Amino acid sequence: MKLARLRDLALIPAIIAIAVVGYLVNPVFLNSENLINVLQQQSEISLLVLAQALVLIAGRMDLSLESTFGLAPGVAAWLVLAPGITHGLGILPPGLAIPVTLAAGVVIGLINGLLIVRFQLNGFIVTLGMLIVLRGLLTGISDGKTFFNLPESMLYLGNAVWIGLPASIWLSLILFTAFIVIAGYTRFGRSLYAIGGNADAARAAGIRTDRVLWTVLILAGLLAALGGLLLTGRLASVAAAQGQGAIFTVFAAAVIGGVSLNGGKGTIFGAFTGILLLYLVQNVLTLGGVPAQWIGALNGAIILIALMLARVTSGRAQE
Amino acid sequence: MPAAAAESVSKRFGVTVALDQVSMQVVPGEIHALVGRNGAGKSTLVSLLTGLQAPDAGTVSFDGVPAPPVADRAGWRSRVACVYQKSTVIGELSVAENVFLNRQPRRRGLIGWKAMREQAQELLAAWGVQVEVSQPASALPVEQRQLVEIARALSYGSRFIILDEPTAQLDADAISGLFAKMAALKSQGVTFLFISHHLAEVYQICDTVTVLRDARHVLTAPVSDVSQAQLVAAMTGEATSLLAPPGNRARVERSGVPALKVVELDGLSLEIAAGEIVGLAGSGSSGKMTAAETIVGLRKAASGTVYVGQRKLRPGSVPDALSAGIGFVPQDRHREGLVAGLSVAENATMTVPEKLGRAGFLSAKRRDQLGTEAIEAFDIKASGPEQPVADLSGGNQQKVVMARAMANDPSVLVLLQPTAGVDVRAKETLLAAATQAAARGAGVLIVSDDLDDLRPADRVIVLYKGTIVDEMPRGWHDHTLIAAMEGVTA
Repeated sequence: MKLARLRDLALIPAIIAIAVVGYLVNPVFLNSENLINVLQQQSEISLLVLAQALVLIAGRMDLSLESTFGLAPGVAAWLVLAPGITHGLGILPPGLAIPVTLAAGVVIGLINGLLIVRFQLNGFIVTLGMLIVLRGLLTGISDGKTFFNLPESMLYLGNAVWIGLPASIWLSLILFTAFIVIAGYTRFGRSLYAIGGNADAARAAGIRTDRVLWTVLILAGLLAALGGLLLTGRLASVAAAQGQGAIFTVFAAAVIGGVSLNGGKGTIFGAFTGILLLYLVQNVLTLGGVPAQWIGALNGAIILIALMLARVTSGRAQE
Repeated sequence: MPAAAAESVSKRFGVTVALDQVSMQVVPGEIHALVGRNGAGKSTLVSLLTGLQAPDAGTVSFDGVPAPPVADRAGWRSRVACVYQKSTVIGELSVAENVFLNRQPRRRGLIGWKAMREQAQELLAAWGVQVEVSQPASALPVEQRQLVEIARALSYGSRFIILDEPTAQLDADAISGLFAKMAALKSQGVTFLFISHHLAEVYQICDTVTVLRDARHVLTAPVSDVSQAQLVAAMTGEATSLLAPPGNRARVERSGVPALKVVELDGLSLEIAAGEIVGLAGSGSSGKMTAAETIVGLRKAASGTVYVGQRKLRPGSVPDALSAGIGFVPQDRHREGLVAGLSVAENATMTVPEKLGRAGFLSAKRRDQLGTEAIEAFDIKASGPEQPVADLSGGNQQKVVMARAMANDPSVLVLLQPTAGVDVRAKETLLAAATQAAARGAGVLIVSDDLDDLRPADRVIVLYKGTIVDEMPRGWHDHTLIAAMEGVTA
């Protein structure tokens, strides 16, 4: 346990180092407004990281999360918006927008579970296929355009401020805390580690491995939908490309945070420090005045540098 | 009332009959040996007795009560447990959590880690297992992991434990530790079914022995009533000695350049002449495996050099060792020996891509041809060179590893535990291959915990805590060798 706790904190030195560098680059970095800004920017995608970390610990992968992130709020917008300026059917009352968003996440998780757990198809390819299909569906229902004029309920979570902090930051922190507890202190959480570590042994210990995998895939879809809803609220729109390409950052954050791609290893707290580190570095670069055209190349470089940082500070090989 | 009984159980997989009307009774409080060659039906019988599969015909019962349906895992767990060769402990989780997996003690719905550690410590101590429960299970040595598995099984209420080749990966010290623990548990009323390829162990620890051959029950008798020769005859269906005698190999001329010369390799020096077979013996902590792995380049030595003929090897480089003419069988075939999903031919030719074609291109035809040759030369039971090695039995997998070691016509052959977990016949084939290699002029180094493996050696070097303490010519007695391995001068 002690060892595990130390591993958990492996990225803290890196985060402190970035904070120092950030301050030297531009003292604004440590202003509370800037830090809140960084936290809010990462809050939506952090839910994807949380979802992915859970799936990875159980020894699987879910690539489709980035498409769920866009499609779930997209479907809700499509169903509640009146036909007119943007594509919409207007067949549901606006009050149902949030339930529909979350239900879409659950349904996608169910489909993944059906294909991966029930039919025993390869999870990587299944979710890759789902990634493409779901993205295509969003493009289809939106006609490749952006949904806007969204109902008030869909905007609330992305804009509300609770006790001085944006609601999305609260939600991200609350969910991470909850899942740190769930992963560490519940039979469900421990069974994720058992299954990812050695599925046969887990089955021999009486764990219903199929049920746990179903649950984690559905949970992942739900978290992705919620993340998408937060971003939709902040931007007051659903673009056809919402979430596109995010899965790479998500994987990078999880691995940087010490979650093994082979399953059974890593912590939820580690995953959180992973995504936080990535966004802090990005923020420092922006404050440092890096031109926008170079941000793409730098984003990739950041991931590699963060990987190396994590390797150095944790002192163990990544998997 | 037998602790466990199978009543004329049969099981077939497709066209293969895995078990044909086998009956067996295990008396409470005994250690019952189950022996048979690879493929005799032992594993199938175990899977029926543990409820992993239902028999096609016949019944299984415990203490006279018919076994629960296959789906009732909890019911099975409280009656029988199996410690498999492959560990069912999850290495990443702590010992305590492994013991209480999926039944962790909870307080207000959350897992009470402290309570769990205390209860696990208590539980293990009650069965005499002294282990620090907060460490990850992967940190435990194999024998302690097995004890943890046994204690976990007992804590579910089961008093009938099946041990599936528990000694295959243990050294002599650990085996005697395990046997002492089994004897202690037996006196506490635990019944064991013990599966092993080492007949000596059957005589050492078991009360009764059951032999299976070709899916059929051959005999069940008290161990004291069966001689070793009778047992081997029952297993193989013909009278035969345990191992063909080494034969009168010509005395090896130890002049000229040695095939293998090890100079001060982390303090160890030895020479092996061309055509000579040298055994390396020692207990688990003697460092014999480390020494052998250093010679073949799997590990890097802090100091010292290895020569193959005149050539000096680059330290810690397996490719260099291979190109200098070393062939080796690694210690653990599952971990280092084989790629399970690849074919027999691919595995057997993995060390010799240069034989398969030019300029980095491989010819599948050439490869399968070499694979077929290996299948013939080593008597590998496979449907063909394209069959994945994962489908083969343990003995035949080990033959593939041996074929791989011999693929580059090595001038030095290093064998680590070459016969771990294989049956008598496969053992003969494997050791015969080593003898043939020596006859062709290779220097052979056999490193093993199994004394039978060392018998063909011209001389056996005994290692104790990293230094050579003794050297015995062929014809040594078991007890003198074991005494030397344990650091006792007999």
